[in-house]
Amino acid sequence: MIGAFAINTVASFGRASIFLFQIILGFKDVILRSSLLIKELYSVGVLSLLIIVFSATFVGMVLSLLGYVTLVDFGAESSLGVLVALSLIRELGPVLSALLFSGRAGSALTAEIGLMKATEQLASMEMMAVDPIRRIISPRFFAGLISLPLLTLLFMGIGIYSGYMVGSVWLGVDEGSFWSQMQSKVDFRGDVVNGLIKSVVFGFVVTWIALYQGYNAYPTSEGVSRATTNSVVYSALAVLGLDFLLTALMFM
Amino acid sequence: MGCDNILSDTFIKIRDLHFSRGDREIFSGVSLDIPTGKITAIMGPSGTGKTTLLRMLGGQLQPSQGTVEVEGLDIASLNRKDLYKARRRMGMLFQSGALLTDLSVFENIAFPIREHYNFRESMVRDLVLLKLELVGLRGAHALMPAELSGGMQRRVSLARAIILDPVLMMYDEPFTGLDPVTLGTIVTLIKELNQSLGITSVLVSHDIHETFSIADYVCILSEGKVMAAGAPQELMESKSEFVQQFVQGKPDGPMPFHFPAGSLSNDLLGSKLEKGQHLS
Repeated sequence: MIGAFAINTVASFGRASIFLFQIILGFKDVILRSSLLIKELYSVGVLSLLIIVFSATFVGMVLSLLGYVTLVDFGAESSLGVLVALSLIRELGPVLSALLFSGRAGSALTAEIGLMKATEQLASMEMMAVDPIRRIISPRFFAGLISLPLLTLLFMGIGIYSGYMVGSVWLGVDEGSFWSQMQSKVDFRGDVVNGLIKSVVFGFVVTWIALYQGYNAYPTSEGVSRATTNSVVYSALAVLGLDFLLTALMFM
Repeated sequence: MGCDNILSDTFIKIRDLHFSRGDREIFSGVSLDIPTGKITAIMGPSGTGKTTLLRMLGGQLQPSQGTVEVEGLDIASLNRKDLYKARRRMGMLFQSGALLTDLSVFENIAFPIREHYNFRESMVRDLVLLKLELVGLRGAHALMPAELSGGMQRRVSLARAIILDPVLMMYDEPFTGLDPVTLGTIVTLIKELNQSLGITSVLVSHDIHETFSIADYVCILSEGKVMAAGAPQELMESKSEFVQQFVQGKPDGPMPFHFPAGSLSNDLLGSKLEKGQHLS
């Protein structure tokens, strides 16, 4: 029983890797027909803006609030800016954006591809001598890969600003120390670039999992529902696991 | 047994085809010839693999044994590039229509042209509208697939399948679930396409009446083999019990009505007997 499970899992990884290879081979088609990529950037990236902006605002505000409450006991509230910025840039920005993205855009991609498979649209495209991987899947993959880092940057920026609004404007932390301490402690190459690298890796993994689950869904309504669930769950596990790995590599 | 006709050329040669899905053996030695320029119908009980056969003709599935030759090319042995080139000369009409839901009717039909060729927009427009005129839906060119009825979707799908003037057309259950008027339309369109454009047509269907009215040759598959083959008239007059049951739609015969089960009295009375009572 465990043997069969292990064999199936390894076979699944193998199929997913072949799938990824075929997607990457489609890069040339995506560049030549950028209208497909732009359409997907809209549906994957732009339509996720609402949830990212909202979450960033509130996460930044809560972070600032709790940070103030704790730091004020030590008289260290002038370091609030550093606290908010480093938490968001190193950790919360990439991870939360990836999780929200997988819930919103990842599940939408899985459902879309799964339904196209169930209604035989992918098979009919094959019969018209159009490779569905190059036409449908590749644009979506590269759109996800480009969108998530941009959304993460937005998350970080909005989170820090809303943190400033709560910390300085409401709670009274000195504005000058808020921003100047942040400026001296947050290192561009060490923190921001590392956060961006994390978001690129997460974008790669979340989009890959979402597209693979959709492409391999059973063509029934139960099959698509299971594929969507799997896509979100596996993405979350992968993001959190990779986050630990990357954090250990980058910040030790 | 084969679907031979020594008078016309053979477009598709299927020899000793074997295919299994998991443990179930779907084809165990199927051989047939599909003649050029005629309408050939593949029929059989549900689940015998008729749609699977169409997918093998299109190269979407590989046989475990045997060959499928279309115009002399062994489909299973083609590499990706050649397979895609061969597919451009085939058209397939899916049971569900399979239109791309985010494109309009016009864009759906223009899809194969835009993907493979770089024609001027006016030429694309002319080609698409001509094919829509053929199926009687020129006025619907701006609608989305969700706004069409099932029959109209199937007609649009047909227009899309013939847009590049294929030499082989495959129809997967084209008559299922249609009202009598649309049914008559589809039957007429299939016949006209075959006669006016000389397209070799392979039709998979359950519908005896409609299929026999347009097919030139009929093959009946069952249990992985070709059970009967010939012109519709020959099959109607066939002495074989199996063919007679199929053609007349009799519920019981060589294909049994009952799924294999134990005795009825055991199932109904078995539990009572266990408690020590007797049948008196």
